[in-house]
Amino acid sequence: MIANYGYRDGSGEYYITIDTDRCIGCEGRWCVAACPQGLFAIEMDDYDDEVAMIVVPGRKLLKEKCSECKPAGERTFLPCTSACLPGALSHSW
Amino acid sequence: MTEQAREFWRWSETAYQTDDVDWRSAGSITVGIDVGSVSSQAVILAGGKLYSFYSTRTGSNSPDSAKKALSGAMDGTGMSTDDVSYVVGTGYGRVNVPFANRAITEIACHARGANFMAGPTVRTILDMGGQDCKVIRCDDKGKVQNFIMNDKCAAGTGRGMEVIADTLGVPIEDIGRRSFEIDSEPEPVSNVCTVFAKSEATALLKAGWSVNRVLAAYCAAMAERVSSLIDRIGIERDFFITGGIAKNAGVVRRIERITGVEALKLPEGSNLDPQVAGALGAALFAHALLKKEQKERAAAGADL
Repeated sequence: MIANYGYRDGSGEYYITIDTDRCIGCEGRWCVAACPQGLFAIEMDDYDDEVAMIVVPGRKLLKEKCSECKPAGERTFLPCTSACLPGALSHSW
Repeated sequence: MTEQAREFWRWSETAYQTDDVDWRSAGSITVGIDVGSVSSQAVILAGGKLYSFYSTRTGSNSPDSAKKALSGAMDGTGMSTDDVSYVVGTGYGRVNVPFANRAITEIACHARGANFMAGPTVRTILDMGGQDCKVIRCDDKGKVQNFIMNDKCAAGTGRGMEVIADTLGVPIEDIGRRSFEIDSEPEPVSNVCTVFAKSEATALLKAGWSVNRVLAAYCAAMAERVSSLIDRIGIERDFFITGGIAKNAGVVRRIERITGVEALKLPEGSNLDPQVAGALGAALFAHALLKKEQKERAAAGADL
């Protein structure tokens, strides 16, 4: 499933997208370790598959938490999308 | 009841029970309960086959609404909650279903329910609920691939339609038919807000529009709003509409006109109700989860 977690700030609307089908079988769980804000967790979805999700308390704080990593200046990559080897994570930035 | 006190918004509560299934010999009773923002439904499967359902209005208390829906589905059957093997709760009140073994999102449940109701060819589902609206893309097994929902807003939802029914004094179940009893299709009213649409409808009446013409303008506005939501995710055939508004031809036919895609209809004489799709999906999940649990228990027993 394509799961979108979105937020809006002064510069537009943005989405972190998780293609949860690609999480199935991922044993690395790199996203959980990579996010400096601890936004990711591996949880059971509606179909009993273990997939990446944004933790509930973080869903309304994406605007503040994600902006720390926003590619700007010399920082050109996102820790979460770069760490995800199955390619399940993308960000609309 | 005086005309003023009449509740034009009140839709018929539906109930279904079949004698073709004997629940006592069915082996398992599984239940899906969908506590939505406006309506609550319970669906009972006996041995995985549809046995009964009941759809009622959600009250101010989610656990009571869940109990009311379930007791309606059990009414006259001799069944009690002790006979139930597994319950899945869904809908916005899913975490408050008191006897649920598990809560599953209404997105997954509507997809599964639509797959059961309209068949495995369904790929796009429009769930027009009481206070939100979702477009769901699914595979041939009814598994969700992608979805999008409107912002938290009554525009383009069942509650918006109830408000217009009361404002114009037209029974909600007559709106679809009456919205076509017009000479020509009017421009839609405001499609961004139910409150704006309500005041615009009142202004149009004062400007001399007929009630039917205003209804047409409101149905067109609702169709436009949800069609733009469908556009954002794309429509793939077959297309099926669930939720209470699926029973309003005034909105459904206008959505079909805008998108150019005809929605699948339930077969003539079908006892199913598109409003119970979520609870039906939950009941199907309950049946599958029960079987999985039984299999795991049997495997654990064999290992001992």
